[in-house]
Amino acid sequence: MNAHTGTSHTGTSHSEVAEHDPTNAYQSLSETVGHDDPRWAFGTGVEDVQTEIVAPVPDGIDPADLVAYCLMLGDDALICSHRISEWVANAPELEEEVALANIALDLLGQARLLLARAAHVEGRGRDEDDLAFWRTEAEFRHVALAELDDQLDFGHAIARLLVFSTWRLALLQRLLGSRDPVLAAVAGKGVKEVSYHRDYAARWLLRLGDGTAESHLRAQAGVHAVWPYLEELFRTSAQESRLAGAGVGVDPAAVRDEVTDVLTTVLGQATLELPAVAPVGLLGGRSGRQGLHTERLGHLLAELQSLARQHPGAVW
Amino acid sequence: MTGRPGPGASGRPDPVAVVAEVVDPEMPMLTLADLGVVREVRQDGDDDTVTVTITPTYSGCPAIDAMRADLRTRLNEAGYPRVTVHTVLSPPWSTDWISERGLRALAEHGIAPPARTVRVGAEPGRAAARSGPVALTLTAPPAAVRCPRCGAAATEELSRFGPTACTALRRCRSCREPFEHMKDI
Repeated sequence: MNAHTGTSHTGTSHSEVAEHDPTNAYQSLSETVGHDDPRWAFGTGVEDVQTEIVAPVPDGIDPADLVAYCLMLGDDALICSHRISEWVANAPELEEEVALANIALDLLGQARLLLARAAHVEGRGRDEDDLAFWRTEAEFRHVALAELDDQLDFGHAIARLLVFSTWRLALLQRLLGSRDPVLAAVAGKGVKEVSYHRDYAARWLLRLGDGTAESHLRAQAGVHAVWPYLEELFRTSAQESRLAGAGVGVDPAAVRDEVTDVLTTVLGQATLELPAVAPVGLLGGRSGRQGLHTERLGHLLAELQSLARQHPGAVW
Repeated sequence: MTGRPGPGASGRPDPVAVVAEVVDPEMPMLTLADLGVVREVRQDGDDDTVTVTITPTYSGCPAIDAMRADLRTRLNEAGYPRVTVHTVLSPPWSTDWISERGLRALAEHGIAPPARTVRVGAEPGRAAARSGPVALTLTAPPAAVRCPRCGAAATEELSRFGPTACTALRRCRSCREPFEHMKDI
């Protein structure tokens, strides 16, 4: 790859590129196209350069549990990131489009690290891309809230983001002290990012809820749409239970009070009602953590995975 | 590469000095060192091998791959044929890692620099150990960001997120110019 640009680069004398124009953000891009790094493409190989990703599995931990847990937290971020990214080219204002794209990008970054860790610990020669693009529906481990389709309704998207980021922040804060160095490091970065996401969502819900009659109506409808999916966030899977007991993971049941408090506060200030709706139930004792998803996931994956599946191993 | 110092040739610049000149791909007025993302530059055994350790600003920062490539290219050009760029996540980067020179360079190029955060009981650049949940801001934060063009204190936030992962968008109420503000994290 890069044969054409490589030739032109080596033919350029160093003095021609030495002068640096600090106002030209594109200069460093054009100067460095000549080498063989597969930049800007998927498949940039996080694993071989991430110092922490290859850390040993903490003592007394079943590697299969750690893999499953990294997939849970990684898939939450990956799938929610994809849903949020659907707003690109669809947002009500350019600023909100940029904001939502930035939030999606942060979550995608968290997902890459967690999937890279899962792939490494699994030890089957797969990488983060294999896990993102070549797993089928039942192999994903995210909660239903992450895949919830907002129908490109802004009130719905903000309600989902508030619930998701409030819950994820509570988990990440507790993972700061994880005995797994990757989970602790991902949490260290993620806490700052997700705090910002939660703040963004809370501000918007205030504006919408305490805004016009129409924005109030739409915000309330959004809250109603996501509320049935709240209960699943606090259900403890077998793997989470074991890892929480061993100081590696977090029991999601332990964050229920904190999450409920924050949501109640925001909704109250936004003059919105806490919905009294029945939670979505389990099917044969299974839900997202066990690989049982709604019919929406197939459509989502068809889009998320289409490029990788049509052009396996492609780089540019 | 004719005319460049070859592997093992004497007179190669110090790899630390080479790395010190590599700039951020999205904010080229800042070197990576001034941005505070370079954690270590190490010359190994045979002297031909240089290992650079960097840390991302944000988990999903797309510029990290460009940084890796730029570091490798510059070191190769300086006569170090074997370059490894490691990425570490911990301790996490914060705007407190930006050098004083970096803060000045941002301001000179129209980007309002981040405020220095005061964290009790934490090393500079390290996330403070928090006992409770992160404060939830439900009112507008104090606008302490000065306009980098005219210096006016009256500026307003246009968007919490800007064109790169690390910036927000603001506008000056005095000169009316919009500008970027490096988010305080």
